[in-house]
Amino acid sequence: MGLATREAYGKALLELGATNQDVVVLDADLSKSTKTGDFAAQYSERFINVGIAEQNLMGIAAGLASYGKVPFASTFAVFATGRAFEIIRNSVCYPNLNVKIAATHAGISVGEDGGSHQSVEDIALMNALPNMSVIVPADARETEEVIKYAAAHDGPVYIRLGRLAAEDLFDESYTYEFGKGVQLTDGDDVTLIATGLMTAEAKKAAELLKADGISARVIHIPTIKPIDRDIIEKAAKETKFIVTCEEHSVIGGLGSVVSDVVTETHPTKVVKIGLNDVFGESGTPAELLERYGMTAANVVKVVKEHY
Amino acid sequence: MNMTQTATEIRKSIVDMIYHSKSGHPGGSLSSVDLLNYLYFKEMNVDPSDAKHPQRDRFVLSKGHAAPVLYATLAERGFFDKALLPTLRKMDSILQGHPDSKKVPGVDVSTGSLGQGISNAVGLALGAKLDDSAARIYTILGDGELQEGLVWEAVMAAAHYELDNLVVIIDNNGLQIDGKNEDVINLGSIADKFRSFDFNVIEINGHDYEQIAKAFADARETKGMPTAIVAKTVKGSGVSFMENEAGWHGVAPNKEQLDLALTELAEVAK
Repeated sequence: MGLATREAYGKALLELGATNQDVVVLDADLSKSTKTGDFAAQYSERFINVGIAEQNLMGIAAGLASYGKVPFASTFAVFATGRAFEIIRNSVCYPNLNVKIAATHAGISVGEDGGSHQSVEDIALMNALPNMSVIVPADARETEEVIKYAAAHDGPVYIRLGRLAAEDLFDESYTYEFGKGVQLTDGDDVTLIATGLMTAEAKKAAELLKADGISARVIHIPTIKPIDRDIIEKAAKETKFIVTCEEHSVIGGLGSVVSDVVTETHPTKVVKIGLNDVFGESGTPAELLERYGMTAANVVKVVKEHY
Repeated sequence: MNMTQTATEIRKSIVDMIYHSKSGHPGGSLSSVDLLNYLYFKEMNVDPSDAKHPQRDRFVLSKGHAAPVLYATLAERGFFDKALLPTLRKMDSILQGHPDSKKVPGVDVSTGSLGQGISNAVGLALGAKLDDSAARIYTILGDGELQEGLVWEAVMAAAHYELDNLVVIIDNNGLQIDGKNEDVINLGSIADKFRSFDFNVIEINGHDYEQIAKAFADARETKGMPTAIVAKTVKGSGVSFMENEAGWHGVAPNKEQLDLALTELAEVAK
């Protein structure tokens, strides 16, 4: 196992602090969990704790961006996008301000805290906002790249990060390209399109499917918005069907975005693996991922059901 | 022009532009006229020919529905042509129903959703502090707006970070859409609330230029804490039939009412 994406975020912020004097980091009393704490210790004058006040977190971030700073605002995904949604809409996205929202503890892999703290709708919420870009890195290396990119990007960016240790998928040679999908393996029977921690599962599933004589193409989608239409259209044309894999509701997430692209370009069957319009619950991350089908074994099962 | 004359011009522009748009918020625009007039003509370091100067003072109309008073004041101050005012709320106009920072020269922050402007102003004040800039940040809130929880999150942060470069002005006209504040949700003592949050609090008549001037001077001299100016105002101020009437919160005058208002305002100008 590699680092959790939230840990990679904390490391990336430290580097940014040294290279970009305009970067200001904000948190809402969760700096130990979101890993903004290291930045806070090193660059205390550029760290703003707003207390337990997520609306104000986004409102202040907007003000700082309006002044010319590059604010990174962090809290848990459920509060960042849910509690503060309308502040993000009107104070950040409507005026197209340069605010970076790096939300951690997304998805059911939060674990024991339970359904109240497991965001399964944040991608849907952020995707719906004009001017917003939405990025879900899969591992530590990609997270570092994404944070570096986000700081240089002009405009609002939502970055979805996880609590759980993530498998390393990419090495030092990997560079993140905004708006581009990443084909991990080639195949011509089925395409697995995945994001976040499900990319590692999709990759494992492709290996298992190979043993059964099914050739699976695996595409990792770090940028949900703007979506890489070309890589999806190509997959729709070249493979028999598509299975999307995400640690998010099947409503409004990656699966919906892929379905939109496919219906507009090359209508193909799209099967969505994700939370089926339900909330999560308490349990260990492993137990929850198993129960809600976020495993390579379940991806294999779903592919075979539709093959 | 003296302050009374510019105030009258701004009031005339407000009723005229809302008459043309056939919708908008005259009551709360008219109650803020004297405060914005003083801010833009006496208090703030702003330059219409260099509206984006990084060292400028910033203004946030947290009560964004009072956009007409902001547009009329900015136009009067020379940020854009007064001829644009009658395009308020019309298709392709820069003068959107609520202020849009992307479109209007001199509008620092887009507002309209209540409670957010003061939070944005706290961010601006923190930004200025980080840069050791002398820029000062001003924001005006409606009294009804104080019912938004976000206001108090922002107020707490402003005091915690000792933002003495921030001035929060409450346009205390006592009325909101559904009636009197005290009948909708009672605000109690606004001044006491801000005092208990460790603000420097000044209570004034928001239509008295001497008191307005003194309050802003006091705010400048206050170090280590933000200032709240609780300005007692009259909703619809300057147009007799609109004064103290909640019904004029969000209704446009017809031609007859416009003429009556303009005649009254012309009398004041004499």
